[in-house]
Amino acid sequence: MAKYLLLKHYRGAPAAVNDVPMDQWTPEEISAHVQYMRDFAARLEQTGEFVDSQALAPEGAFVRYDGEGRPPVTDGPFAETKDLIAGWMVIDVDSHERAVELAGELSAAPGKGGEPIHEWLELRPFLGERHTITE
Amino acid sequence: MDEALLRSLTPHVLGILVRRGADFAAAEDAVQDALVEAVRVWPDDPPRDPKGWLITVAWRRFLDATRADTARRRREDRVEEEPAPGPAPAADDTLRLYFLCAHPSLTPSSAVALTLRAVGGLTTRQIAQAYLVPEATMAQRISRAKRTVSGVRFDRPGDVATVLRVLYLVFNEGYSGDVDLAAEAIRLTRQLAAAIDHPEVAGLLALMLLHHARRAARTAPDGSLVPLAEQDRGRWDTRAIAEGVEILQAALARDRLGEFQAQAAVAALHADAPTAGETDWVQIVEWYDELARLTDSPVVRLNRAVAVGEADGPRAGLAALAAVDEKVPRHTAVAAYLHERDGDLTTAARLYAEAALRASDLAERDHLTRQAARLNARRAR
Repeated sequence: MAKYLLLKHYRGAPAAVNDVPMDQWTPEEISAHVQYMRDFAARLEQTGEFVDSQALAPEGAFVRYDGEGRPPVTDGPFAETKDLIAGWMVIDVDSHERAVELAGELSAAPGKGGEPIHEWLELRPFLGERHTITE
Repeated sequence: MDEALLRSLTPHVLGILVRRGADFAAAEDAVQDALVEAVRVWPDDPPRDPKGWLITVAWRRFLDATRADTARRRREDRVEEEPAPGPAPAADDTLRLYFLCAHPSLTPSSAVALTLRAVGGLTTRQIAQAYLVPEATMAQRISRAKRTVSGVRFDRPGDVATVLRVLYLVFNEGYSGDVDLAAEAIRLTRQLAAAIDHPEVAGLLALMLLHHARRAARTAPDGSLVPLAEQDRGRWDTRAIAEGVEILQAALARDRLGEFQAQAAVAALHADAPTAGETDWVQIVEWYDELARLTDSPVVRLNRAVAVGEADGPRAGLAALAAVDEKVPRHTAVAAYLHERDGDLTTAARLYAEAALRASDLAERDHLTRQAARLNARRAR
């Protein structure tokens, strides 16, 4: 088994095919989208492949250490050009192919007009634990 | 086996161990061990006297642990004889435990965790699941909390307000995982109300019951939020409402008003309205005026602006809102709602979308996005 991170972006990813802001959908289209996401997570729980799913607020800031005895420096809110993560799902699957298949399904979540969003999701393998038998 | 009954015995048993001279941290561990043992043994072999059983087992565990400890430190084993139980002032012990677990030296998250374990009898794993943190993290939080209060004398009463804040926090966390924190908070507040006669304890209990009564109606089958005005009032729990109103009326009759009684009064007025249109908004505004006097909280002023908008019209509501700090959470959402009531759908839709970006939880964000979408769809037609 290998863990993968599916990253969803507020901005920074290539534009989706069906790229319409959510407040321009109908309320029913929003409900259908939310239901699709819930069903997707529930199905992965059933198959034993779901690990975690979280959403992030859009606001935030960069923070760094500024030396002994000084408060940390913050730089925010984020510039409009910054790549911005909206949330993630972590899955635990048998193969890279399976991870790609699931990311594709998640990207097919319905949007405006009930049509798939074709949203670009970032798929990233975790660096795993060192295996006991390596030779 | 009735797990709620088992857990309701926790504070008594712990109080008795501490009264016998056990230090709080060790006694608390021993009681947890005894609870685990009870869950294992009672289904096949239920005791005649559950409380006596728990005291005996917990005390034995405490002695074993102390002996192991002292042996390790090569000290003489002094704790030998089990002291006579004596008359157990159970209510006082329970009350002191509440005070200890909500001690002002603890951070809110530590006080919550310690209260749920030492008073509520929940296991570390259950508390960790409820707050979605790893069990090891929660175990550390609890043991640090126990160290923090280790020097606090057990015999001194504390401030009820600190206890109420902790219980309020637990209630507000709501429901996640297999532990229903709202129900647990109600159980603990009920138990506190039995141990101390205080109108604000009653006020908080009434507030919790009145809110809990609406829980089933607050969420649609698809998980989306249902605002108060749109809830199916037939799904409200009338027994919980009746109990909440009765407790509140008895508390108010004592003429020692506090913020929880005032909040409960607002909740009672909502519960009392057969339809949203029949809500007595004028009285609700008066209660918010009382609350503002008691707490001077910006959140109260925000809620008051909503009530003013219903009582005196959206323009009056917007005027009241103008005096509230814009940084208060949900300020934008309230502005959106009042502008919609005022007929300015363009501004309302823009503000709903903006409020969605500032929402602090997913259900609220989806709800606000839907509100923006609803108005945009209407304007597009």
